[in-house]
Amino acid sequence: MTFVDYYKILGILKTATAKEIKTAYRKLARKYHPDLNPNDKDAKKNFQEINEANEVLSDPEKRKKYDQYAKDWQHADEFEKARQQQSSDSQRSGYSGGQSGADFSDFFESMFGGAASGSRGRQARYRGEDYTAEININLIDAYKTHQQTLSVNGKNIRITVPAGIENGQTIKIAGHGGPGINNGPNGDLYITFSIANHSKIKRLGDQLYTSVDLNLYTAILGGEITILTMDGQVKLKVKPETQNGSKVKLKGKGFPVYKREGEYGDLTVTYHLLIPANLTQKQKELFIKLSES
Amino acid sequence: METEYLIAVAEFCASHKIEISFISSLQRNGLIVVKTIHDAAFIDVEQLPQLEKFVRFYYELDINLEGIETITHLLNRINTLHDEIADLRNKLRFYE
Repeated sequence: MTFVDYYKILGILKTATAKEIKTAYRKLARKYHPDLNPNDKDAKKNFQEINEANEVLSDPEKRKKYDQYAKDWQHADEFEKARQQQSSDSQRSGYSGGQSGADFSDFFESMFGGAASGSRGRQARYRGEDYTAEININLIDAYKTHQQTLSVNGKNIRITVPAGIENGQTIKIAGHGGPGINNGPNGDLYITFSIANHSKIKRLGDQLYTSVDLNLYTAILGGEITILTMDGQVKLKVKPETQNGSKVKLKGKGFPVYKREGEYGDLTVTYHLLIPANLTQKQKELFIKLSES
Repeated sequence: METEYLIAVAEFCASHKIEISFISSLQRNGLIVVKTIHDAAFIDVEQLPQLEKFVRFYYELDINLEGIETITHLLNRINTLHDEIADLRNKLRFYE
């Protein structure tokens, strides 16, 4: 168990008055409160530390006990025995921050036992902690609305993933976070999607882009080619004298528009001309004739 | 017809031990929307997390209404920027 210097955490002297402790605490709480630092794990950790420091130093009895312990902290075992004889009568006065508020260090738990709840002199209801999870899917999965089951803290949750979900997009599943305290509401579950794309098709929102190789003869004379789209193969007519790098747009063959059933973006196809290689002598002669014509 | 889930402002204030005038101030500053039905004030349940956050700002962190308004504005901007970063990352992936 590591000794925790609560005075250092709050940046105050050991001789600090109750008012100075309160001021220091409020100043740091405004800096690190989870409401003001969403998704910042470091801020959350700092907030828990200052909350714990305030919990001890703002209570004269706990502060006295802590000061005594700090003086003789080498005798932690003896202190631990004495601690076990005491009942855990702690009364919390820290901020809730929308979190469970029950995260105390081993040092605190060892010294004061578990913490009871209470804020501004009342039995506070705390909203449960928000959970975050990441789901890895591929582009094909993201193309269609589908069901997915994930396990969060031992519970299986079945969710519907709407077609057209973006890479990095986060969805909220209300009430599936940590349990609330004192009948407080459960936290929420935030799921972030990571979409891997191993296909030749590139995605930008609901727009898709791909390129196809076109042989010289089809490019010059025109013809029909088959290309792969997200929902299978389609035949595409190539106009005569198609230039290298020219593009065609296939309306409605792009990615589904998120939460707008039946709406799709477009697929842009870029032609990449292939120059014939390993020509026979006769073919070369024909090209020469062609260039002279 | 769509079902609306509402919470009575009086009930919310009683359970959080706060003054109704605080909710009125938030409404006046455009931070929450209060619906009046048969002379009773209600808030949409969707606004509850936001409202609880405002309660914590005001009563626990000693932040006044002007401060709450500023913080809300900045947090919204942070969220917008986060979305923009995610969007740009996706675009960057496209060119990689």
